[in-house]
Amino acid sequence: MDALRHEIWPIVSLSVLVSTTAVMLSCVLGMPLGAWLGLSAMRGKSIFQALAFAGMATPPVVVGLVLYLLLSRSGPLGDWRWLFTGKAMIFAQVILDLPFVICITMTAVESLPEELRFQLRSLGATPWQLRWTLLSESREGLMLAVITAMGRSLSEVGAVLMVGGNIEGHTRVLTTAILLETSRGRFAVALSLGAILMTMALMINILFVRLQKRYPR
Amino acid sequence: MNRYLANTLIILSMILTAGCTQSSVPSAGPASGLQVLTLATTTSTQDSGLLDILLPLFREQTGIEVRVIAVGSGQALELGRRGDVDVLLTHAPEAEKEFVRDGFSRERIPVFHNDFVLLGPPGEILSKQSAASLDDALRRISSDNLPFVSRGDDSGTHRKEQQLWASVGIEPQFSNYLSAGSGMARTLRVAQEKQAYVLADRGTFLVLRSELSLEVIVEGDSRLLNFYAVMAIDPVRHPHVHAEAADRFISFLKETSTRQTISEFGRTKYGQPLFFVE
Repeated sequence: MDALRHEIWPIVSLSVLVSTTAVMLSCVLGMPLGAWLGLSAMRGKSIFQALAFAGMATPPVVVGLVLYLLLSRSGPLGDWRWLFTGKAMIFAQVILDLPFVICITMTAVESLPEELRFQLRSLGATPWQLRWTLLSESREGLMLAVITAMGRSLSEVGAVLMVGGNIEGHTRVLTTAILLETSRGRFAVALSLGAILMTMALMINILFVRLQKRYPR
Repeated sequence: MNRYLANTLIILSMILTAGCTQSSVPSAGPASGLQVLTLATTTSTQDSGLLDILLPLFREQTGIEVRVIAVGSGQALELGRRGDVDVLLTHAPEAEKEFVRDGFSRERIPVFHNDFVLLGPPGEILSKQSAASLDDALRRISSDNLPFVSRGDDSGTHRKEQQLWASVGIEPQFSNYLSAGSGMARTLRVAQEKQAYVLADRGTFLVLRSELSLEVIVEGDSRLLNFYAVMAIDPVRHPHVHAEAADRFISFLKETSTRQTISEFGRTKYGQPLFFVE
């Protein structure tokens, strides 16, 4: 049990590290893109929207397999030396989280009343001020995007297993550890790791709910 | 103002967490002068717990950290072919010989063996007494359409099972032949639930024995031996592999003291050794 405690900390911290980094990158990339998709009136917008929605259904194992083949030393990106590292796991999760962030941001921005935009423009807002205000007006939606992406990242197993390799102390996260302990027949350990994972998910959600209450619209 | 504050807070906290954690994202390079060796091996080796004993010893002696990727033998060999790992510890002799023939490794070095056992539900049609031989047991499973669970994952154990069916001239196509597509431990659990016959390596069976009601139906046939071999990836084929560290790992496995450790492994816990050194 003592050895176990010794093993659990790196697993938990890597889970948090990989997921938060992936969610952050997804937000940095996905929120502006989602806002742009939600606001723009250009042609062919619906194609991008359809693509983003389809992206939400991407199976993690497919992302894992394709990314493995790309990052393999015999693959086109082999020189990056990312395979079986945390970077590869973050890469995979950004691909998986991005469609969620884009779609939820897009929907949130779209659902703002149209008069708001006219009002802001008539008040002399610059394009950047306009975007910032619209994004902050839809912050409930943005928080939902962050929570959803975080949930998906924390609970994802197929892709991180394939590109991370589940290496002890190096690329083993909570989900892949649960898989391994189950296959070893150590159900009690697997269950307690599962409890840690669920507690973490719960804590993150409580945090966001509190933030929402504290800074209401 | 509050609105801006909320947004800024979210973004700031995200940047902060990323900022203080980014540097500790494990990278491919060796950490602080420590040499790193990536080993692809089979789930059965990892599940047995042998590596948990051997690798700390190796690290103590050489300062080399071994990173283990545990997959089926089929995937392990493919990882080797693509140059994604430095050294392989697998149990699929035919595929390993082909691996050497194809020039991905210079030499296949047998290190230890254990054996496979044919397991089945107790008190059933087939028992250790009634099944005269391996051939007999396999023929009856097929002809009586008895439930049989196969690994079905192209692993060393799966390949061995296919060879056994071929050796008695049977194509396993009876309707109760199930392909689990899983590792050894999970396949054993499927067999337990279905009360089916299954081919397992003795190591995994001993580890899981307490929670299984399956019994040994056939053992001791020379065809049931399970040979593990180690192969270093040829640096001529993949120049980036850690060939020197791989060679040291292979020498370590050949050492007398290591061989002793392997022979002793499991003796106290299961009353018999899990592996026999070559």
